[in-house]
Amino acid sequence: MEKETLVICQECGQPATVHLTEIVDGKKKVKHFCPECAEKQELLKQQQLNLTAIVQSVIGQHVGGAADELSRLTCPSCGIKYMEFKAAGRCGCPNDYKVFREPLLPLLERIHRGCRHVGKIPPHALEHAALQTELRDLRQQMRTAIEQEAYEEAARLRDLIRQKDHADEPR
Amino acid sequence: MNLDSLTQTSGEWLRSTGAEADIVISSRIRLARNLSSFPFTNRANAHQKAEIEQNLKTRLEKLDFEPRLVYLNLAPLSLLDRQLLVERQLISRELANSEGPRGVAVASNEIISVMVNEEDHMRLQVIRSGFSLDEAWQDADRLDDKLEEKVPYAFSEELGYLTACPTNVGTGLRASVMLHLPALVLAKQIEKVFRALQKINLAVRGLYGEGSRASGDFYQISNQVTLGKSETTILGEIRDVIPNIITYERQARQTLTRESRPAVLDKVRRAYGTLNNAEMMTSEETMDLLSSVRLGVNLGLIDDINILEVNELFIHTQPAHLQKLLGKELDSEERNSERARFLRNRLREINNHLN
Repeated sequence: MEKETLVICQECGQPATVHLTEIVDGKKKVKHFCPECAEKQELLKQQQLNLTAIVQSVIGQHVGGAADELSRLTCPSCGIKYMEFKAAGRCGCPNDYKVFREPLLPLLERIHRGCRHVGKIPPHALEHAALQTELRDLRQQMRTAIEQEAYEEAARLRDLIRQKDHADEPR
Repeated sequence: MNLDSLTQTSGEWLRSTGAEADIVISSRIRLARNLSSFPFTNRANAHQKAEIEQNLKTRLEKLDFEPRLVYLNLAPLSLLDRQLLVERQLISRELANSEGPRGVAVASNEIISVMVNEEDHMRLQVIRSGFSLDEAWQDADRLDDKLEEKVPYAFSEELGYLTACPTNVGTGLRASVMLHLPALVLAKQIEKVFRALQKINLAVRGLYGEGSRASGDFYQISNQVTLGKSETTILGEIRDVIPNIITYERQARQTLTRESRPAVLDKVRRAYGTLNNAEMMTSEETMDLLSSVRLGVNLGLIDDINILEVNELFIHTQPAHLQKLLGKELDSEERNSERARFLRNRLREINNHLN
């Protein structure tokens, strides 16, 4: 208790609130800093868990020599390239899990130590899977039609999507 | 929903009821869910995001579910209002600070909220006071089932619920328990607890999630693994470890009162004295002092204030709450001065009420 109030920052002599324990060559070294000096040293930043960085480094390790082949992988649904996924650590759409399945599985194994879902199964998802794939493709076609200024075709697709999406309304 | 009325209370998760509420502040379940026929939020353009929002807003508002959910469109809200929702743990900082069509559906008791267009299309959240993971899970599971009747989820038999980030895929479940561990911090035992938790793949975070500092000695313990384990297993792993941490904290508290009672009493009294008298007060310092007072109340060292009142001060002295309560926007220096004044007034009221 008493010691707690006496610790001062080794940089500036202000009360220290950040205490860093480092093990160097098997020897324990304790450093004390006030919040300002700790910030200058970027200690707190280093200690934060940067998930994106971890995902990226794990992805990197698994890509290795096959990079050329993988760099050509692109998801037809959302257009994301494997390398973009690798850089961002985030998938672009649900379909990426199919397209990038091969490089993803070892990554998932590393993150979760398992790569097979054993939890809850939503009762309706599977029965709707086919329709949803169709809707996703139709939406992609509609976007392409709009880009190509084929507005009549886009309108036709829009109505078709509405009709099909409506059929998905709850029983 | 009238946002200003939120500041009248402390929110369900700070009610300080439920099992082990002196140490366990709250239990939280979060489920990540996505629509199967849209790109994830980060890849969706403004038009698609608007479509996703419209789709989910309608379904959330019309959902046959009790308690009813009220949808708040976040895009037109001021920074202050969004910050208020963050402080109440109804939305994440990421959702508050992002752009484009997005929102949150909230139950009036604030136990349940559903974020729309966060990293995933939907983040379902249930937050309950005290050690009540199972109750929180039951609510989340029930809401998830109701939503799934109406919303086609992205799901694969092999990989489970598909999420934008591979760290959430599978169950999409993040279960967390928020603990107040001032004695373990004082006894410098907290690092040891963290290391033990990391060994069993549990994460430790500060009050406001990823990357936030553990202000006020609040720590969130949550699962990291979401794939390859069932929800029951994940919940069980956290449920089993929490009583051990509670026991360590209780032991540390006993040791403190047995071996350094004058020093602890001094710390608690000084904290209370500072809160009663300071002219300027940052929210960090407030959290740290209130943490000492909270420990003092729980150890029976101080009876000037009760736990519910301490909990309320924790939330009411946060920047957005303070500005809402005072009805004006303040810069950080003004806030420090107004926060100190607010604390002095509030503690005087509590004291007068006691006498």
